[in-house]
Amino acid sequence: MRVAVTAQGTTLESAVDQRFGRCRYFIVFDTNTGAAEAHDNTINLNAAQGAGIQTASNISQAGAEAVVTGHVGPNAFRALSAAGIGVYTGVSGRVSEALSALADGRLTPAESADSEAHGGF
Amino acid sequence: MVSELVVISGKGGTGKTSVVASFAALAERAVLADCDVDAADLHLILNPTVVHREDFSGGKSATIITDRCTACGICREVCRFDAVFHDGPGNEFVDTTYRIDSVACEGCGVCAWFCPSRAIDFSPAVNGEWYISETRHGPMVHARLGVAEENSGKLVTTVRREAKRVAEEENRRMVIIDGSPGIGCPVIASITGATAVLVVTEPTLSGLHDLDRVVDLASHFGIPTSICINKSDINPEMTKRIRERARERKIEALGEIPYDPEVTRAQIAGVSVVEHGGGPASTAIRDLWHSVAKNLPEPSGLIQLQTKG
Amino acid sequence: MVVAVASGKGGTGKTTVAVNLARVIAQNGDPVRYLDCDVEEPNGHIFLQPRIETTQPVNVMVPVLDPTKCNACGLCRDICEYGAIALMGRKLLIFPNLCRSCGGCVRVCPTGALPEGHRPVGVIETGSVDGIGFVHGRMNIGEAMAPTIIRRVKDHILPEGVSIIDAPPGTSCPVIQSVRGADFVLLVTEPTPFGLHDLTLAVEMLKELKLPFGVIVNRAGSGDDRVNTYCRDEGVEIIAEIPDDRRVAEAYSRGLLAVDAVPGYAEVFDELRSSILERCESQKPIGGTAGRA
Repeated sequence: MRVAVTAQGTTLESAVDQRFGRCRYFIVFDTNTGAAEAHDNTINLNAAQGAGIQTASNISQAGAEAVVTGHVGPNAFRALSAAGIGVYTGVSGRVSEALSALADGRLTPAESADSEAHGGF
Repeated sequence: MVSELVVISGKGGTGKTSVVASFAALAERAVLADCDVDAADLHLILNPTVVHREDFSGGKSATIITDRCTACGICREVCRFDAVFHDGPGNEFVDTTYRIDSVACEGCGVCAWFCPSRAIDFSPAVNGEWYISETRHGPMVHARLGVAEENSGKLVTTVRREAKRVAEEENRRMVIIDGSPGIGCPVIASITGATAVLVVTEPTLSGLHDLDRVVDLASHFGIPTSICINKSDINPEMTKRIRERARERKIEALGEIPYDPEVTRAQIAGVSVVEHGGGPASTAIRDLWHSVAKNLPEPSGLIQLQTKG
Repeated sequence: MVVAVASGKGGTGKTTVAVNLARVIAQNGDPVRYLDCDVEEPNGHIFLQPRIETTQPVNVMVPVLDPTKCNACGLCRDICEYGAIALMGRKLLIFPNLCRSCGGCVRVCPTGALPEGHRPVGVIETGSVDGIGFVHGRMNIGEAMAPTIIRRVKDHILPEGVSIIDAPPGTSCPVIQSVRGADFVLLVTEPTPFGLHDLTLAVEMLKELKLPFGVIVNRAGSGDDRVNTYCRDEGVEIIAEIPDDRRVAEAYSRGLLAVDAVPGYAEVFDELRSSILERCESQKPIGGTAGRA
C-alpha cells in the first residue's frame, strides 16, 4: 500500500513534519515496491486558509491510503476520512522510523482530529 | 522545540505592546513577532533594522480591462459584495464600461469566471510587506498591511511562520508575539497552535466584558491561557471582579501592573518600561515576566513515537 | 447625518466619545441613534444600558450539497478561492467555516447540486434608552465575518436625525466597512507615540476613502505634543481636546457616562456636539447630503 508521511525534508531520513496541512513535504512510500517519492507542499505552507483540506486532497490524488503525521485538525481529518485514508497522529522522529512503526503494527489509527480547529490558518 | 507566547487583549489599549516590549528586554534568546499588522507599534520601541523584506500578497483582486469590456453587466449581476459599478470610462464599443471598486472587492473571482469577454484581470495583488529585522533584543519579524487591504490573517500566519523559522535556525527558545485587539481573523491566526496566550486586561467593565470573549476564543482553539491586569489600581473593586472571573474560568492571573506615568514616559523616550528605569510598573512587569516564563507549558509535539497499548 | 467615531489605536476613547455624544444629542432634543459596529467587542451597551427590543441572528449563505445531483465534476471546487470545497474521489465536502458566501459554486454547478443554505455568524440587537436609539452587532466566537455583520448594523442608520457609528479600532476591513459613507469621521487619538503612529495610519485610510474628518485628542496632557504638531503640519483639524482626567477613567471603569458622572463633562461634550454638527452642516452641498456610499 501507499503511505504518506509528512516530512521536513525530501528523504526517508528527514524528520516527520508535525503539522499536517502546512507540512513542507510529504513522502509517499509504496510498501510493496519500497519506492519513495517526495512531494513539495510549499503551496499549502503559504496558503491563506484551508491548507489542511488541500494537503488532504493532494495526498489522496497521490494515491495514499494512509497518512502518518504529528497533528491533524478537524477540517483535514474530515477530508481524509471522506477519502477513506487512515490517519495516524502523534508521530515524530524520522520518516523511516515512522514507516517501520506502521509496518510493525505499533501505530493506532486516530479516531478523530487530535488538534483543535485552526480556523483555517 | 520553539515555544510561542501570544499576548492579546480583547479590548484595545490595555497595554499589550508595552508589555511585549518589556518582555523582549527581559527574555533571553527570544524572537519577537509583531502580529498586530493593522496597527503595528512594537517597532517604535524596538527600533528594528530591516535585513530582509518581502512583498505580501493577501489574495487576488479583480480589475476590469476597460478596452475589452462590452458592458454586458454580468459582472455586476454575479457580484455579491456590491463591488461593481457601471461608471467606468468608455471604450470604442460602449460609452460607459464597468468598474470594480478595489476596496469592496473581496477577491472571490466569480466575475472573472463568468465574464464572456475575458475582460477581467483577476490576479494576485501585492497589498503589504513583511520584514525580518535585527533589534537590540534579538530578531524581530514584523509587517505592514496596506490600508483597507484584505487578509490580515494570512499575513499574521506568515509573520509567525518566519519568526518560528528564525528561532529554529538561531537556536532561540521562544517567540513572543504581539497580537491585535478583538477576536477576529488576525487574532485567530495569532493564537492557533500557540503554546500559551497571555491576555492583558484592565479593571473596567469594558475590559471584563471583552476578557470573556477573548478567553472564549482562546479556549475554542484549545490554547492554555492566563491573564494579567494592567492599571490595576484605577479600580481595585473591578480588579477583584476580574480575578474572580478568572478563577471561575480556571485561568491564572499571573500579575498586576499598577498605573504608572513612567509607562508613557518610557514610550516617549522610545524604550520599554523595564529599560527606562524603576517605578512600580517596571517592578510589576519584571515579576509578571518571571511568572509567565515559569508557567509556560512545554510546546506541543511529542518526543517519541506513539506506541500501541 | 452619519458621524463615525474611529481610531487607529485601540483604547483611545472611541466608545467614550460616541456614547457621551449620543447622550448630549438626545438631551438636546434631537433624534439620535447609536450604532455599535465593533462587532468583535461591542461595549456601547455597557454605558448606555439600552432596553433591548429585538434580537435577530445574522445569517450568511453557505452552499449545501444535494448528493443525488452531484456528478463530481469539481467545478465548484475549481471556482472556490477559499478552499471551502474539496472533492475527495467522488465525495464532495463543503467546509462552511471557510466559505465567504460569494455564491460562485452555486452559480457554476451544472446540475443544481448546491442549493443555498445558511448559517449564523452573529446577532443584531436593537433597543433604546432615554431618547437614544441603539443597535449593536455581536459576532459569534471563532467567526471572521465582521464586515457582513457590520453591514447589517448599518441598515439601521436613521434616515433623519443623527446616527453615530462606533467603529472598531484600526484600519482593517471591519473599520472600512464601519466608516464608509459617513458624513464626517471623528478620529480619536491620545498624545503618545503609539497614538500618533496609529493616527497617521487612520488619516491615510480616511484620505483614501475620501471622507471628511477631524481629530479629537483624548487624555490631552498625558503625553507629549507630537500629535498636535503632526496635525498642524498636515493641515488636519483638531476638533476638540479632552483633558486627561482620572475621574473620567474611573467613571469609564464603572461603566458610567462621563456626562452624567463627572462635573463639567456635560459641557465638554455639548460643545463637541455643536462643533461637529456645525462642521457637518457646513459640508453639505446645496440641496443634498455629502457622499453617501
